[in-house]
Amino acid sequence: MSRNDSTDVVVIGSGFGGAIPAYRLAAGGARVEILERGPWLTGDDFDHDFKFGSSSTRAFEFTMGDGMNVLGGNCVGGGSVVYFAAMPRAPRYVFGRRGGIGERMWPRTIDRDALDPWYDMVAESLPITRQDWDDVTYSGGLFAAACSRAGRTANPVPAAIDRDRCTNCNWMMSGCRFDAKRSLLLNYLPAAVVHGARIRPLHEVQRITRTGDGYRVHYNTVDEVDYRVVTGSGTIDCKLVVVAAGAAATPVILQRSEEDLGAMPEAVGRYFSGNGERLNTAVVDEDKVRELLKLDRGDGRAYEAYQIGKGPVCASWDKLDGSLPEFSRYSLEQLYFPPGFGTILAQAPEAAGPTWFGTEKKEMLRRWQSWLTIFIMSEDDNEGVFGPPPETGNADRVSQQMLSRGALSYRPSADTRAAWKRADEDVRDILERDGLARVMPWNDEVIGAYTVHPLASCRIGDDPETSALDDTHELRGHPGIFVTDGSAVPGALTVNPAFTIAALAERAVPGIVAAAGRRGLPVRYVAEPPPSVSSSAWARTADR
Amino acid sequence: MEPKSAILDDREVMTLEAFADTIIPGERRGPHDRAVAGAAAGGGAVASGAIDLMTSEEGGLAGVLPTLAAGLDEHARDWAARRGRTLEDGVPAFAALGFDDRTALAATLMAPGNPERELWVPLAMFSVMAWDTGASQHTTDALAGGHPGLIAMGFTPPGADGLWRFPDFSYRKVLATVHPHTTESGDPA
Ligand SMILES: Cc1cc2nc3c(=O)[nH]c(=O)nc-3n(C[C@H](O)[C@H](O)[C@H](O)COP(=O)(O)OP(=O)(O)OC[C@H]3O[C@@H](n4cnc5c(N)ncnc54)[C@H](O)[C@@H]3O)c2cc1C
Ligand code: SF4
Repeated sequence: MSRNDSTDVVVIGSGFGGAIPAYRLAAGGARVEILERGPWLTGDDFDHDFKFGSSSTRAFEFTMGDGMNVLGGNCVGGGSVVYFAAMPRAPRYVFGRRGGIGERMWPRTIDRDALDPWYDMVAESLPITRQDWDDVTYSGGLFAAACSRAGRTANPVPAAIDRDRCTNCNWMMSGCRFDAKRSLLLNYLPAAVVHGARIRPLHEVQRITRTGDGYRVHYNTVDEVDYRVVTGSGTIDCKLVVVAAGAAATPVILQRSEEDLGAMPEAVGRYFSGNGERLNTAVVDEDKVRELLKLDRGDGRAYEAYQIGKGPVCASWDKLDGSLPEFSRYSLEQLYFPPGFGTILAQAPEAAGPTWFGTEKKEMLRRWQSWLTIFIMSEDDNEGVFGPPPETGNADRVSQQMLSRGALSYRPSADTRAAWKRADEDVRDILERDGLARVMPWNDEVIGAYTVHPLASCRIGDDPETSALDDTHELRGHPGIFVTDGSAVPGALTVNPAFTIAALAERAVPGIVAAAGRRGLPVRYVAEPPPSVSSSAWARTADR
Repeated sequence: MEPKSAILDDREVMTLEAFADTIIPGERRGPHDRAVAGAAAGGGAVASGAIDLMTSEEGGLAGVLPTLAAGLDEHARDWAARRGRTLEDGVPAFAALGFDDRTALAATLMAPGNPERELWVPLAMFSVMAWDTGASQHTTDALAGGHPGLIAMGFTPPGADGLWRFPDFSYRKVLATVHPHTTESGDPA
């Protein structure tokens, strides 16, 4: 079965980078089609269940690479559905980063002041709210108290969570059953649908080719249970393409399109950054929690609450200090990862045998409720490079859902490794004082590095040698193709990236509107925030 | 006797069980259990459904399992020969190795630089996941059925409707000084 359609704008991917332009362009009068490789799940589809085939695998993607493994969303709403909704702005110094290329990575037109109005727009739209200590979970509180005792500061992290609805169930990575997480299913996407945009789930884009006056986007449709099975294919002709498949996928689609579109800029599929991500897991001594930190849950337990909460809520920002040299700035954020992903690479402190499996690991797992995981977001050096694309899709799928093997390779530089080591030592210094806890970084030998924050594989910049996009997010040499997802971010941010990705996508919209005008499309720029809805099922119903 | 798996013969099952037991060890299921070495108290990956998870249609590993089992046995024979160990006849080689040898062999197979590690690491991941997520069953069923891993970890059971809610989640007090440069919106400067 094959279909051929046409529209004004095709948006590839429905995460932050896709949903935001989709809404604004549709509201401005463009006909918009959103192609999303994953299913369209809402409310009741989000299971509290680890079983293969539940939303924990339907909506999620784990792409193994050579030295770098990427976790992300695979559903309508993309990463916003499975993420933890911690939404801090990037600190000021980030925009002046130089990294290994020795020149400013960010376009001169973008710094924190320039981005703040766009951050404000996203904050109002999702919305994102400041959190206070009553919102901070036991594990966040434990980390804060340990920081305080070590002479550090700690902050509740702003979040896109409706605190009245949140049950602190910690099933964030399976999607929010209670519509408490302010994912894109509750704002930009329903608003796009209201303005006539069409969302096509289970449509996996393969490549882009040229037509007389625009582009043709080629997709396969995939089975709703076994994503390895192709059920059909088709094309959509359009004037403009917004590529927002995420930093692990956007370069793959563009590489595969090279055959017809002609050479891609050098930086497509290079400079990938994992946001300098790294994890440490501590096992705390419950008696010391009571004795040293004076913490008590009021029911006889000091802590034993790893399972309770809403992902990361508390961070130490002492090292987000622009006066420090590059590769020594990072944030430390308390985090929860569910069993499975969150346990495999954790290492047993003081193990005489293997650290990540075997008898000593099992002992560590028995104390799981006394775990505290600390997330390091540091500065890496954009070491990731994509090899040739697979035959179809973004990566070769191993399992029906979730597990695939891609062409990304990553060899951390000495600077990146030094940054990780400094941060690891800092975590140890905070948590091991007076025997409060024993802590180990996650194993980075078994599968290499890992990230939930893929960035920079098709980045903006001023220098055509080291950036694939100009500062309007237009792909160099391919007018009318815009890239607005995490791949456009030039490098590691030292904080969670989704807010910055979203702000950049907002900032890119006026440029896309102007490009539409140049192609004779009567599209205007609409600045109003998307109306918000309280049920994630709303848009899917409206779309029918 | 019923075969233990629809797609694997009993020897293959035993080898893969022995591997899973090396990753998350457990107590023997009976006096004649050869796959489970009995290196740890409480049920391990095997009792938690490792074979069900490995052979699940969703997992995508099923097709390669006979090859993996054969590979493990071959490595085990080689390992034993080099170290002068005698392996009992009639037991698949990997299962016949002692627990310490299995552990050392597994570590070697998954070590950085081993060309076959891409085969063994996913098998290890499935073994861990069998124990700590019970992903071959619904989590609510696993907990109700006394799943060894989830129970040992102290995974709190759900409410009556099968969903998790934690009304008490916070110490509800100021536990640190916030960074002096925090902005009005609660962001880093
Ligand atoms: C577990 C987890 C927790 C996280 N927590 C946080 C957090 O607390 N704070 C934060 O700031 N960030 C967090 N992130 C990161 C955040 O989710 C991402 O940075 C963000 O979603 C990236 O936005 P994006 O638009 O670049 O891509 P995505 O949101 O990943 O969207 C890309 C979309 O494109 C689709 N797609 C891919 N390939 C194709 C194709 N070929 N055809 C069609 N569609 C395709 C994907 O399925 C996906 O829906 C987390 C991520 C994970 C995985
Ligand atoms: S912790 Fe809160 S926001 Fe997260 S999934 Fe549960 S209810 Fe939703």
